[in-house]
Amino acid sequence: MTRINSAAELEELRQGILSKKDPDKPSIAICAGLSCLGLGNGTIISAFKEEINKQSLESKIDIVTTGCHGFCEKGPIVVINPEEICYLEVKPEDVPEIISQTVIEKKVIDRLVYTDPNSGEKATHMAEIPFYKNQMRVLLGNNSKINPKCIDDYLMIGGYSALAKALFEMSPVQVLEEVKIANLRGRGGGGFPAGRKWETTRNAPNEEKYVIVNAHEGEPGAYMDRALFQANPHSVLEGLIIGAYAIGSHQGFIYTRHDTPELRKNLDIALAQAEEYGLLGENILGSGFNFKVEVHFDVGIFVSGESSALMRSIEGKAPEPKPKYIRTSVNGIWDRPSNLNNVETWANVPQIISKGSEWYNSIGTDRSKGTKLISLSGHVCNSTIVEVPMGTSLKEIVYDFGGGIPNGKRLKAIHLGGPMGGTIPESLIDNPLDFDVLAKLGASMGAGDILVMDEGTCLVELARYFIDFLSGESCGKCVPCREGIRQMQNILTNMTKGKGREGDIELMEELAEVMGAAALCSLGRSVQNPLLSMLRYFRDEFEAHVKEKRCPAHSCKEAAIEGV
Amino acid sequence: MNNDRINGIFNKYQGQAGSLIRVMMEIQEEEHWLSREILVKISEKLEVPLSRVLRIATYYKSFSVTPKGRHEIQICTGTACHIRGAQSVLDTVQDLIGIKPGETDLDQKFSLETVNCQGSCTCGPMIKIDQVTQSRLSSAQIADLLKKYD
Amino acid sequence: MSEIILQIDGKEVTASEGMTVLEAAQQAGITIPTLCHHEKLDPYGGCRFCTVEAEVRGWTNFVAACLYPVANNLVVKTRSEKLNRIRKMILELLLAHAPDAFDLQDLAKEYGAKKDRFEKEASFCIHCGLCVRYCAEVKKKNAITFVDKGKTREISFIPEIASKECWSCKECFPLCPTEALQAAYVLVQALAFPSLESTPAE
Repeated sequence: MTRINSAAELEELRQGILSKKDPDKPSIAICAGLSCLGLGNGTIISAFKEEINKQSLESKIDIVTTGCHGFCEKGPIVVINPEEICYLEVKPEDVPEIISQTVIEKKVIDRLVYTDPNSGEKATHMAEIPFYKNQMRVLLGNNSKINPKCIDDYLMIGGYSALAKALFEMSPVQVLEEVKIANLRGRGGGGFPAGRKWETTRNAPNEEKYVIVNAHEGEPGAYMDRALFQANPHSVLEGLIIGAYAIGSHQGFIYTRHDTPELRKNLDIALAQAEEYGLLGENILGSGFNFKVEVHFDVGIFVSGESSALMRSIEGKAPEPKPKYIRTSVNGIWDRPSNLNNVETWANVPQIISKGSEWYNSIGTDRSKGTKLISLSGHVCNSTIVEVPMGTSLKEIVYDFGGGIPNGKRLKAIHLGGPMGGTIPESLIDNPLDFDVLAKLGASMGAGDILVMDEGTCLVELARYFIDFLSGESCGKCVPCREGIRQMQNILTNMTKGKGREGDIELMEELAEVMGAAALCSLGRSVQNPLLSMLRYFRDEFEAHVKEKRCPAHSCKEAAIEGV
Repeated sequence: MNNDRINGIFNKYQGQAGSLIRVMMEIQEEEHWLSREILVKISEKLEVPLSRVLRIATYYKSFSVTPKGRHEIQICTGTACHIRGAQSVLDTVQDLIGIKPGETDLDQKFSLETVNCQGSCTCGPMIKIDQVTQSRLSSAQIADLLKKYD
Repeated sequence: MSEIILQIDGKEVTASEGMTVLEAAQQAGITIPTLCHHEKLDPYGGCRFCTVEAEVRGWTNFVAACLYPVANNLVVKTRSEKLNRIRKMILELLLAHAPDAFDLQDLAKEYGAKKDRFEKEASFCIHCGLCVRYCAEVKKKNAITFVDKGKTREISFIPEIASKECWSCKECFPLCPTEALQAAYVLVQALAFPSLESTPAE
């Protein structure tokens, strides 16, 4: 690879890559996202390699292992390009037939294509499958087209042109203004306007400033950030560099989990390739702007995703939150101004710079703009990742993309935002995906993880589960959080065992008030949110456990005194 | 202990207190646990108080201060796996190998631990053995699977 | 250093820049109760007992007085019904661990906190961190630390250091509001340096 020294050279390189590419050459894109990996795509990849080898077709067919395509439930997914024929639930024994029939003969194998479970209608191409057709895949759309280990693939689809535009056609302040006008709100949970946060760090009185990608993704059931980052690492990196330019930072950090080896590998390669091309390091694209990036890892604790704890961890200390009486955007890593955004937020930045804030503002609701990645899990036919415009109804997400509730059961509730989020009942799912609407309902957008629950789910049990999770994932420094969690865990465990006592619900409410006001960090102050939302909508279920020793969902076996 | 590799890690980060977590992670990945001897050595090489090294070794779930078995079983207890029956998978495994999460059996054959959401919720309830993901297994399938390891 | 004027409990208080609300209050003779605070140590903010209401530009926040910096036009309330509820609850949570600690009993009387609202778990330690911080900040020995996290967090002496340093020091002992510190020390002494017990320091 040679260094790129100007915007013109970048364009030249892109044209070079495109001209070398034969648009008619068959290529087989195999999803290597975390779910497809778990569903055995490794055997599929080796089966393809073996078959191609056997038929000596190496020079005629490309194999591309890509990141997550989103339709995880139907994995392993294989897409035959250039026709974009999409095969679902592929098994190793299907491979020879796919090569001979589809790749060579250009014939579609009927049994492997998508069949609508209701109408029985088939869809051959990715773009025709309702699951994909009805999404707005601004961030995820390229996942099935590029090899995340190959920067040329990203350049081929126009990658880093937003960076070139920012560096050569815009001043840092213009970039900042564009992001502010776009109303980009942080995708990590808080929904805080990203542009305003950038501005605070930019204006903070310290020459040394930092920008950080929060790729911690500790919320159970949230896996969209890992999917996006692993599949298209350069899109996040490009956003980070643009942000650094706007803020005036020359040092970035990526904070991610250590337990996703595929993501780590892709990230290492992406950083090395970007540096070789001169997209990172000194004098980026010949613009005079310098910026480098370091990767740091969480080694297994939820609280390290909290911004001040995360910054302690980057300093090499135990990630214990620090009270944020002075914001981290002013006083962060080593007491220097540090701007933190999550993976999805950064990935939106190149889109906004390329297409403009006006375009971005045309998507979404009044105060929540753009698209949102959602990971769906639980009692839902399709556990998947989807990208939809803000404002899409929760019902559409659960039924149209999630395919509804399996086993003929009824939807009871959905939970958003994990252990610091909230539950809303089935009766409210006509509401739109919108930061402020969800907050009013007592839920929260969180990272965009939606847990679907059928009628057999007991919410006392789920409340116990979240508290149980947090008892080992908080730092334990402050009394309200550490002791509040301990006592709530005792009370909720007793309830699920039929040992709840009169007054327990009220006692938990008292605890919740104290934790919400007096705990040290935002984790401690939000721990009680799931419980409060469940008490708001399902108080009778808690009362049944306490007063009648009965579990209305017939889930807590020890509590249920059937027939009484 | 693979001294060359460990020394290689130390040489790379000598005296860099800020790299403490990184060093511990690399050694944990290499050795699968952090012995007292290693922890003391980390404290010396990185010039960090032993108290901070111990604090971090016991803070993070993925660090182990006791030796691990030959095979590491990880059971995901993320929300999606939880409501799809992770507890019964955990119960089955505990019954079969006779240890609880965080423990290693006497023969040092298996170590068992629960892990947070692994991002493959479609596969739930999910279990990983030696980093290989196994999806949606029944109790009987788990029993058959565990027999394959020695 | 510039002068800052704020209001605490309706009284105008003068402080200097960089001070905490707790320091400003103490200087003005206003008592804010604390548990984990010690004048020789850096502010910690762990017990949250010094929580006060701080009003900035019309917004009221609950903040730890030991950490919150003074600012002009800040309006602080150190007593309110909600603050009383918070302090009562903190005491009740701690009494589940150390029901006989004198410091806690005195405060319990003042705030009407009951001993038996929660399931007892007599670990005695209330995690004030005075011992850990004193050893690190004043003595610079780091012989005792917190280990583990969340609800299993606890204090632990480090035998390699304690066996050399603690026998002749023990300055942390009188700081402990409960019996937990002594227990931890006796344990590590018995297990890790038993020989020292018969050979007192010279």
